[in-house]
Amino acid sequence: MSEQINLSPKDFKSDQEVRWCAGCGDHAVLNAVHKSMSELGIPKEKFVVISGIGCSSRFPYYMNTYAMHSIHGRAAAISSGVKVANPELNVWMITGDGDCMAIGGNHFIHVVRRNININILLFNNQIYGLTKGQYSPTSLEGQVTKTSPFGSIEPPFHPGELVIGAQGKFFARSIDNNVKLCTKIFTEAAQFKGTSVVEILQNCVIYNDKAHGYLTDKAHKEDRQLIIEHGKPMIYGKENNKGIVLDGLSLKTVTIGENGITEKDILVHNAYNKNPILHLMIANMSQPDFPVALGIIRAVETDTYEEKLVQQIEQIKEKSTIKSMKDLLHSGNIWHV
Amino acid sequence: MTDNKEQIKELEEVVIRFSGDSGDGMQLTGALFSDTSALLGNDLTTFPDYPAEIRAPQGTVGGVSGFQVHFGQSEINTPGDYADVLVAMNPAALVANVKWIKRGSTIIIDIDSFTEKNFEKAGCVKDPLKQLGFRDFNIIKAPISTLTRESLKGLNLDPKSILRSKNMFALGMVYWLFHRPLEFTQKFIENKFKKIPVIVEANKIVLKAGYYYAETIEALHPSYRVAPAQIKKGTYRNINGNIATAWGLIAAAEKANLNLFIGSYPITPATEILQELSKRKDLGVKSFQAEDEIAGICTAIGASFAGQLAVTTTSGPGLSLKTEAIGLAVITELPLVIVNVQRGGPSTGLPTKTEQSDLMQALFGRHGESPLVVIAASSPSNCFKYAFEAARIALEHMTPVILLTDGFLANGSEPWRIPDMEALPKITTTIVKEGTEDFQPYRRLNEDMLRGWAIPGTKGLEHRLGGLEKMAVTGAVSYVPENHQVMTYEREKKINQVVNSIPDITVLGEQEGELLLIGWGGTYGHLYTAYRELTKAGHKLGFAHFNYIKPLPANTHEVLKKYKKLLVCELNLGQFANYLRLNFQDLEFSQYNKIQGLPFTIIELKEQILKILEEK
Repeated sequence: MSEQINLSPKDFKSDQEVRWCAGCGDHAVLNAVHKSMSELGIPKEKFVVISGIGCSSRFPYYMNTYAMHSIHGRAAAISSGVKVANPELNVWMITGDGDCMAIGGNHFIHVVRRNININILLFNNQIYGLTKGQYSPTSLEGQVTKTSPFGSIEPPFHPGELVIGAQGKFFARSIDNNVKLCTKIFTEAAQFKGTSVVEILQNCVIYNDKAHGYLTDKAHKEDRQLIIEHGKPMIYGKENNKGIVLDGLSLKTVTIGENGITEKDILVHNAYNKNPILHLMIANMSQPDFPVALGIIRAVETDTYEEKLVQQIEQIKEKSTIKSMKDLLHSGNIWHV
Repeated sequence: MTDNKEQIKELEEVVIRFSGDSGDGMQLTGALFSDTSALLGNDLTTFPDYPAEIRAPQGTVGGVSGFQVHFGQSEINTPGDYADVLVAMNPAALVANVKWIKRGSTIIIDIDSFTEKNFEKAGCVKDPLKQLGFRDFNIIKAPISTLTRESLKGLNLDPKSILRSKNMFALGMVYWLFHRPLEFTQKFIENKFKKIPVIVEANKIVLKAGYYYAETIEALHPSYRVAPAQIKKGTYRNINGNIATAWGLIAAAEKANLNLFIGSYPITPATEILQELSKRKDLGVKSFQAEDEIAGICTAIGASFAGQLAVTTTSGPGLSLKTEAIGLAVITELPLVIVNVQRGGPSTGLPTKTEQSDLMQALFGRHGESPLVVIAASSPSNCFKYAFEAARIALEHMTPVILLTDGFLANGSEPWRIPDMEALPKITTTIVKEGTEDFQPYRRLNEDMLRGWAIPGTKGLEHRLGGLEKMAVTGAVSYVPENHQVMTYEREKKINQVVNSIPDITVLGEQEGELLLIGWGGTYGHLYTAYRELTKAGHKLGFAHFNYIKPLPANTHEVLKKYKKLLVCELNLGQFANYLRLNFQDLEFSQYNKIQGLPFTIIELKEQILKILEEK
């Protein structure tokens, strides 16, 4: 880009009053998005933010970019249309666990499968907030909500598993109270070529407070979160002495210094590995046996849908003798009277 | 060829129905005959009639595939009610079509297929030729299978490939019957199978064998000649409604200087539009085969937001699925073309059959006050014009437009005088230029209530759209009660204003008086033919056919009120009649409805019209 882009987070704030509940995790994520966008060096008019329906989907109104607050579940399809129509645009999609994986489940798996270069921020609070507290596809089995008064009997979706199952190329996880990590991941997701899905563990203070409390508990946070980075060993813990190793076909937590384990034994994270098996295991690490992985779990670049489409159009245009509507009208079997 | 003039009969017009098993190649046979006739200067209309199943059980009535062509030396507007010539490749084809042939017509059958086993498959106890009492017909029992096999003896071909060319034998016979040259079909065969020379040879041999067989047996007394029609000078091609629709959209994109984007999901009978547009990468069309109907329209809405001419195509059940998203296009006031190729409903209904029963859904089938423009094509070839119009109105009026065609138009084909691209109107959009001061997304630009189309990527015009009600002018989310009323009126007025950019309704025949025959959409050819024949016979009536449904042409009331009786004919239970009643409560409408998945017949229409004319 020839022109120097000087933008600050403030440039991305709209003049609308932010109407999320006090204490909602969305506020922090909004700030992280403003910050990340200002750091990307992309002109503001190139950003398009598309959302579905739900609390987090109010996001576009708080963005001073091109944006659309669309209909429930369809943000993935609308984003796909925007990006395919104009690949020059930087498209962000804002969605929640219900919007993305219940009503929008079909569009979600297909956008991931097609690998259209959009950034999906998936706010996972394991509850329907805007409709005031019903269970969602990520609510836990046994979770008591207004529509599961005796406990949910449904096993939850794990977004990472769904993304990898749909041949996803980029999956990351962050948490709303870590703005720094959010910003970093959002920026990398935006720079990644292909569909990137960022699951944001987000707290709903009203209907599902402390859904991620196990992770955010100040006393145990370091032992329960593993912030992974490509090329670095998966070490965590208050004393920085715990790690993940591969034990046969499973992962296992170990303590460095115990049973002859040294730092060298710890699994080094390779986000670029085409084979998703390890990524799936890392994404699925959960309490109480494992810390929860945060950071970029998978990032494997390959051609995107829109690149291939544009390439195909260029090739056919070059080969075909039909250059205009007039040519088409007069092609094939015609006769004169 | 015979020179005996007495044996040649001049005919005004002829209807031929080719029918056989769905694997017998009857669609191709019919299309080849039509092409040859068109090239000789006949006017014509064709219609295929095939089963919903790809390969229904062989030899059964359910598996019969038919193709009807109506050609003549004067104007032809329908595929014809009843056939003068029936080609039946097996007993099932005969059984399936017996009610569609005229008394005294010629029936060509492949006698080799008239076996006990096939009678059983066709559901007959014995030979349907006897069972159905075919005494008043000129039945030609040709050993088509045997002679096809015989004529290909010298070629090294497997039995399956040999039998696959028997349709050419039948075609050859029909060519002789109507004095048609073989060369167009021969050229077609050479082109189509150019990679397999032996198939080219086989098809050409069998075609000729059929021709000479017909000549030799001279069973066809007399043979017929249909002179060329008086046709307006120009360059012509055959086109069906789906291709014409696809092309109209491309033409509109070119005239608007925009890229064309189609987001669609395959559904009968609309799929061909998506297929054709997928082919047109040479013209830069971006086609997106979505995961479902909803994603089809939603990707199109995304593309429209991003500044392209966006289209989604579907049929009844798909339109139902798209409903919520259409509402989003209404409130975001984005240009969008929704093509609905109507078929028999409700639910899966009659997927391959035609009907006009989605009109009310197109007009009113959304929650909230959700107005949009509805227009309808009325012939296979004018799908081009109305697809172009749908795009023009969508772009010039910043609104979704539903274009209604139907299964009959979609699959029917006719010769079409190729339009001059220069003569098509230019399409002007409301695209907002970079540097525009104080841009407001919902500021009305003029009396037509248009808003500016600010396209992502344009510096300084960043704005938010969405499904929540918007504040007038600024587009900020607004729950202000009075504002909702203002915006609801603005959206309604915007659609009503489209009336200024559409033509008045014109009436054929009597400009006032006893009876006005009224139709809309795909029934034009049948209604027009009925009107023309009655007028020729000395009856007095007017005929008005609607393409613009919402809004209706400005002069509609003024025209309708000049008649004592108003008869609305449509392929549903009276949806357009009810819509007219809603609009013009001072007028009384009679209606004639048919809901069998089939077009009207001229005979039934004339009967109904005469009945109304005679009523006091």
